[in-house]
Amino acid sequence: MTTPIKAAQRLGETQELAPVLLRTSDLTMRFGGLTALDKVNVDVRRGSIHSVIGPNGAGKTTLFNCIMQANRISSGDIHFASERLVGLTPDKVAAAGIARTYQNIRLFTGITAIENLLVGMHRQLKSHWWEAVINSARCRLDEKKAHEEACEILNFIGLSGRGDMLARNLSYGDQRRLEIGRALCTKPKLLMLDEPTAGMNPREITEMMHFILRIRDVFNLTIVLIEHQMRLVMQVSDTVTVLDHGVKIAEGDPAHVKSHPAVIEAYLGRAAHRQEQPA
Amino acid sequence: MQSATQHLSWTKPLTPPAVVLPLKTGIITGLLAIYSAAVGILKLFFERDVIVDTLTLGDLFLATLAACCGAYVWRKSTQAGHIRAAQAFAAGLIAGLILVGLVVAVTQLNLRWMFTALSADLSRTLTYKQGALAGSLMIIAASMSAALCGALLMSMSDSLRRSLLWSMACVLIAGVFQELIQISLRFGGAVAAIRELLYVWGGLTVQGAAIVFFFAFVVLQALDARKRRGAATTLKSPAPKARSQLASALLLIAVLIAFPLVAGSYIGQVMMLVSLFVLMGMGLNIEVGLAGLLDMGFVAFFAVGAYTIALLTADSEYALAQDTFLPSLNFWSALPFAVLAATLVGVLFGLPVLSVKGDYLAVATLGLGEIVRVLVISDAAKPVLGGAQGILQIPKPHIGSFELADPVSLFYLTLVFVLVAAYIAWRLEGSRLGRAWMAIRDDEDVAQALGINLVQSKLLAYGLGAAFAGLAGAIFATMLTSVYPHSFSLLISINVLALLIVGGMGSLPGVIVGAILLIGLPEVLREFDEYRYLFYGALLIVVMRVRPEGLWPSPQRKRELRAAEKG
Repeated sequence: MTTPIKAAQRLGETQELAPVLLRTSDLTMRFGGLTALDKVNVDVRRGSIHSVIGPNGAGKTTLFNCIMQANRISSGDIHFASERLVGLTPDKVAAAGIARTYQNIRLFTGITAIENLLVGMHRQLKSHWWEAVINSARCRLDEKKAHEEACEILNFIGLSGRGDMLARNLSYGDQRRLEIGRALCTKPKLLMLDEPTAGMNPREITEMMHFILRIRDVFNLTIVLIEHQMRLVMQVSDTVTVLDHGVKIAEGDPAHVKSHPAVIEAYLGRAAHRQEQPA
Repeated sequence: MQSATQHLSWTKPLTPPAVVLPLKTGIITGLLAIYSAAVGILKLFFERDVIVDTLTLGDLFLATLAACCGAYVWRKSTQAGHIRAAQAFAAGLIAGLILVGLVVAVTQLNLRWMFTALSADLSRTLTYKQGALAGSLMIIAASMSAALCGALLMSMSDSLRRSLLWSMACVLIAGVFQELIQISLRFGGAVAAIRELLYVWGGLTVQGAAIVFFFAFVVLQALDARKRRGAATTLKSPAPKARSQLASALLLIAVLIAFPLVAGSYIGQVMMLVSLFVLMGMGLNIEVGLAGLLDMGFVAFFAVGAYTIALLTADSEYALAQDTFLPSLNFWSALPFAVLAATLVGVLFGLPVLSVKGDYLAVATLGLGEIVRVLVISDAAKPVLGGAQGILQIPKPHIGSFELADPVSLFYLTLVFVLVAAYIAWRLEGSRLGRAWMAIRDDEDVAQALGINLVQSKLLAYGLGAAFAGLAGAIFATMLTSVYPHSFSLLISINVLALLIVGGMGSLPGVIVGAILLIGLPEVLREFDEYRYLFYGALLIVVMRVRPEGLWPSPQRKRELRAAEKG
């Protein structure tokens, strides 16, 4: 019982101090006749860990895709820091400072771990392509710095010594962390993690939880987290948003959300009522 | 349900895999032999000696087929050693019987109305010019022993097998290319002594073949032993490895410079053609191998380079100097414009297909490439580009007062450009842009979400790839001193793509290996020219089945496919 209370206290502090970093206003996404997101308003505060939960098909990943501008949204608006994201291409969104991971790990499987990180650093490297051909001093310096930074990240994600392995040959947990490391390489202000503990055992989940907290503290980031593991959500989140069938049904600190009737209904249905009636 | 199990128990003992495997393999081998006879390539093979008056290419081809059959049975079979050998033997027997069937059919029936190659002559050659009975028995015996040899080879250690096969390949090369090698060894002194030791006027002697075989075998075994010792004692540090790589690259360049001088102008011409395709291959390698943009209209850039040179330099009515204020340029000053024009077309080409992926991209680029060819040949463009008659009288390049007229000097010119292009491609591969390309190849959406500008990266891939092709086209135009639309057919795009696949996607040495095999070899073996695309098809299938990473893959792609195999 202690942890949710602690989280709530922290929320209290951050809510008063931290400004909104990401705001979706009436965000709506329709695929043909299906409304995947229906007028969703979410405020993500700077420095917080903001979880998005909901049953399968609730529109959580669609929310990420819309923020990243991988899908063109149907209506509504998205602002990040003071920038309007709607209409940008995903690479511009990345340049604005948002990075994401994917539910089904999407590494560049054909290249090595360190090369994956270096691809993440693409935006940091400023030399032109022709400078690589003439091997200019700036290009060499750039590459050297990028390699050093990539090695640091590799250490941070616990993959030191495995940098030259092909991404596809890494173990599952290593691949998860490498994907997060690659996102970190873009030096984001906001990191969006899509089910980072999918397919992990309880011990790995605990490790991942600590890892996420450490990322927030070390890199001074804001994190949006899609998660099904309630234990993890309740322990790390400052704010939880619950989506069901594309509609935001509840929002608040973990304790509040946990006891919200609409949330219980979305997850468990009306089973409780039906059981009561015959009795 | 019951009848089904009954049925199973009935059929099972009748056709156990131990019998099916050699039967199937033997039949396939026999049919392959019949196919090669029916299309006529076997006849041509029989006319080419490997060892003078002893062994023809045809004998060797059939023996190789049977040996492959035996080796396949040995590898696929799960039986004990002696049964496996018997299976290989049986497969050889079946293949031999089928070939005998062909001989009987050819002698008894008249098949020439349909297959002109199936003549009585062929059956005489097949039966070793013996009678029908003795010859047939000889065919079966030869087929069985070749199959057994194949199985034996498979049972050997990797190192021994590799050395044996490569030594045989050396003999094959020494025999088939005897004319070429003899010309190269035409000088007096010690070189002439070597020639006389190995060759007579007509080709390789038995003694020569034996010497080549044993020499190659000893060298290969020694190299292998050294490699094993090296691997066992210390892991080589990267610095000496890089130095040895540089040394072998320099050696290769020295050989490339010396070879056409020694081997004569025909070989110079072939090497010239090969190097043009290497140049194009390196361009397409950027598009397909690195950035994963499958481009079937690549020939368009080649054409643009060639036509730009023609328009700027030719002494003809279509030259721009004739009816505009532009001066008539020489090759060197026109070359940058040709490359620039090709790059521009490459970028224009890339724009409409930016959001097209995979198979659709192949179809879209195929269409764009055809548009360029049709435009050139059209009546509308005829006043400018000369239509089907093309543009003539394009001057050769000069260095000072020396004209680069003969193929050998043009080869040197191309070689210089190939080296420059290879350097650029190599530098880009390991750069920020190269990594972005590889990321796009693996997963375009993720690459974009990481901040890679897809439009810019893709257009750079198209533009740079096109620049290499434009360069090749410019040299091509000045080599032929004329350009015709029909030189720029779809087949060139396909050839370049095929050489990438055979050599290994994304690998620079692979481009060279692929170009030598697919462009150089058919040129040297002109007599088999009719069957060039048969060879292409067979080679592509074999490479895709046996070595999907290509003959000389990039180290990374090799790891990848080996890992996929293991995993």
